[in-house]
Amino acid sequence: MELQEHKFKVIGTRPIRHDGVDKVTGRAKYGADISLPGMLHAKVLRSPHAHARIKSIDVSAALALPGVKAVITGKDLPELPPGSQQMGELVVNPRYLSMNIMARDKVLYDGHAVAAVAATSPHIAEEALKLIKVEYEILPPVLDVRKAMQDDAPILLPELRTSGTPEKSDKPTNIASQVRFARGDLEAGFRAADVIVEREFTTSMVHQGYIEPHNAVAQYNADGHGTIWVSTQGPFSVRELCSHILQMPLGNIKVVPAEIGGGFGGKTTVYLEPLALLLAKKTGRPVKMVMSRAEVLRATGPTSGSYIRCKMGATKEGKITAAQVWMAYEAGAFPGSPVGAGCMTILAPYALENLQIDGFDVVLNKPKTCAYRAPGATNAAFAAETVIDELAEKLGIDPLEFRRRNGAKEGTAQPAGPQFRRIGYIETVEAIMNSEHYRSPLPHVPGKLVGRGVASGFWFNAGFQSTAIVSINSDGTANVVTGSPDIGGTRAACAMIAAEVLGLKAEEVNPVVTDTESIGHTDVTGGSRVTFATGYAVYEAAQDAVRQLKERAATIWKVKPEDVVYQDGVVSCVNNGHEPMTLKQLAGRLARAGGPVTGRAAVNPRGVGPGFATHVVDIAVDPETGKVDILRYTAAQDVGKAVHPSYVEGQIQGGVAQGIGWALNEEYYYDENGIMRNTGFLDYRIPTCLDLPMIETILVEVPNPGHPLGIRGVGEVPIVPPPAAIANALYRAIGVRMTELPMSPAKVAKAVLEKNKAPQ
Amino acid sequence: MANKVYVETTLNGETVEFLCEPRQSLLEVLRDVLGFTGAKEGCLTGDCGACSVIIDGRVVCSCLVLGVEAQGKTIETVEGMARDGQLHPLQQKFLEHAALQCGICTPGFLVAAKALLDRNPNPTEHEVRYALAGNLCRCTGYDKIVRAVLDAAAVMRGGTHGVTGA
Repeated sequence: MELQEHKFKVIGTRPIRHDGVDKVTGRAKYGADISLPGMLHAKVLRSPHAHARIKSIDVSAALALPGVKAVITGKDLPELPPGSQQMGELVVNPRYLSMNIMARDKVLYDGHAVAAVAATSPHIAEEALKLIKVEYEILPPVLDVRKAMQDDAPILLPELRTSGTPEKSDKPTNIASQVRFARGDLEAGFRAADVIVEREFTTSMVHQGYIEPHNAVAQYNADGHGTIWVSTQGPFSVRELCSHILQMPLGNIKVVPAEIGGGFGGKTTVYLEPLALLLAKKTGRPVKMVMSRAEVLRATGPTSGSYIRCKMGATKEGKITAAQVWMAYEAGAFPGSPVGAGCMTILAPYALENLQIDGFDVVLNKPKTCAYRAPGATNAAFAAETVIDELAEKLGIDPLEFRRRNGAKEGTAQPAGPQFRRIGYIETVEAIMNSEHYRSPLPHVPGKLVGRGVASGFWFNAGFQSTAIVSINSDGTANVVTGSPDIGGTRAACAMIAAEVLGLKAEEVNPVVTDTESIGHTDVTGGSRVTFATGYAVYEAAQDAVRQLKERAATIWKVKPEDVVYQDGVVSCVNNGHEPMTLKQLAGRLARAGGPVTGRAAVNPRGVGPGFATHVVDIAVDPETGKVDILRYTAAQDVGKAVHPSYVEGQIQGGVAQGIGWALNEEYYYDENGIMRNTGFLDYRIPTCLDLPMIETILVEVPNPGHPLGIRGVGEVPIVPPPAAIANALYRAIGVRMTELPMSPAKVAKAVLEKNKAPQ
Repeated sequence: MANKVYVETTLNGETVEFLCEPRQSLLEVLRDVLGFTGAKEGCLTGDCGACSVIIDGRVVCSCLVLGVEAQGKTIETVEGMARDGQLHPLQQKFLEHAALQCGICTPGFLVAAKALLDRNPNPTEHEVRYALAGNLCRCTGYDKIVRAVLDAAAVMRGGTHGVTGA
């Protein structure tokens, strides 16, 4: 069955999400809401030092506290061989992962786990932590990405050698890897330019800031089987990572995904899960662990701070002739920053003949970074989109027109090589050009300096593996079972896709997210992949159910299956007088016509459609305090086909809000000893609803040719443009190019002051 | 456990008795003693509002209130908002406006919004934003939450209670 866009009956509508009532009544069960009989509570002792050798750990006093049932340290975890391996879409180094969740001979960042205590109450576990004596030999920390790259920098991991270098070195280093993308003739490109702009940019570590702290409840049975209930983006990843870290057979671990209170990439790895399972094994009782907010900030993966140098040249006619980028990303204490993605996204919106991009993945004494919404791309776009803006300004060309002249389209080669298929970048630029927002004059705000800025962004989006089951109930309704935790409305999207194929209403399909034993392998809810890839599996599974339904009708009518047509939930026979049956009528007869119908599909789709976005923002700056107010914000995005437009808009609005926080407020603040000084939501300040206006969205629908319904991922790219768009607006407002994130009031006020002091 | 204190309080219109340790927060009592897990723990420092409840008509962070302080008080939680199988207009409008994504902050927002509408049935957009500024949401950018609250207020002023069609 071919679904044509003009025929969509369910896709593109806005039904109430199926899990909604549970979530507005407080009934939905998140990980921390789960309790089991006899359950213990465990807490983690964390390093107060950024870099230190652990000389000894004495847990005897903690163990002696009444109510304490077990204490574990790094010695209780298996030693794993070095080396990385591919796990689904993740490249994981199990040894480093294990060292990250529990330190061995060294602590590598403030908050690094050192021991864990299980006790009969969380308060007793906390008291016990204070009784653990750890003797440290404090080592000098390294906190700046460029200093960490120097030859004389303190070394975090003695065995680390740089990968990706032309020549192999045996020198200890903090540079985990380097990567280069290059093509064309850089020097000739810059020679051909009439204008060249080169600037340096720095950005701070920022956290995903999900409201729900990490949690895990684990149970271990005498037969060697364990179960983990957890709020995670990837139950199958949790199973696989726990299997590696604890050296347990994968099939002996069952992971049950609880509802998840936000993740944005940060809940794609493990922190507590292996510890809870190990403590459950040691005590024979269920163990629950929940992080505090300070633990979330200190010890779970933020995204990289970075240093980026970006140089571009363009002709008078507004054609970019060359681009050169050098970028170093903070990986945190173990290798694995998203610098590769930064390299591959930074110039992707533009058609460039001559380019060179160098990227460096650098370890330093900060928490190991984890994915955060379009990982690596926002830092990169802040740099490139500011330089693009300045080039356009110097050439006297409208910044959107400049982007349109250079924008990537179908057939354009990406910096990493492959050509784009049909994409909608130029369409997003034009959508903003033609928007009421861009065409209206900047508002005047008394006493404030106002400015308007634009910026674009790119994100690959992901495919990866998904499994789905669509079963037909005897009343003609259907159930959709997947393994993709629903982090923002994907149950509804999956149900709508099945409903579209089956000719049902969205409300007649029950979407279910199940555990790792009840569905085939499904990769993480991440990479903007669920509606695309799990939705693809649901589409195929629903088609499989339709094929079976046609066969059953053929059996009942004693005709060939190919003579049966399934359309809008009705089966009919093409060439004789059988009365058509509704799905409800047919479903009621299945028991006597071959039994239940269950469609299934497992996919690893290749036709991922990348996401592009272009944003415009109006700001007002208080010249006295440097505070920036967002007056108006409009985001245009190529969303392929919006399955549930409200949740697509919601992804864009949420991504923009995070991007605004990144631009103006958010940063990991470390003192000179490497101790994080803003470990709560009061000081790590994410935007509140008083900080933001309504966020206008323009959904540009350029169908993805790689998906039967035209679907592209939508979740990540909206975070990419905001910092650059706001920096460009700030330039219009105060006349200074801001090159450091966050553009906090103090920095903006200083820039205004210096600008006013400078000779005109 | 001689160190536990007897407390009697009114929870969602019903008298409730419980024993708690003096150091236990009201949030911990609600969740772990009484099994009302609608209020969520996001920070334990009163910065995120996920644990919002209404005590004697005022919205507070239950993580900053001790369980023993509930003695003699009237407490409303998200579990008490739907009545007789009918969603509160705020709950209904949150669903219709897609005002939640992950949903972890939703109970806190609903409780804070109810406290606002209980005292100001006709708030401006700014008043809604001001009243909800103590509740953090990381998913939505607040746009649809603010719209849902304004729409619910309009419905409640019009006297339409309970479930309305999407």
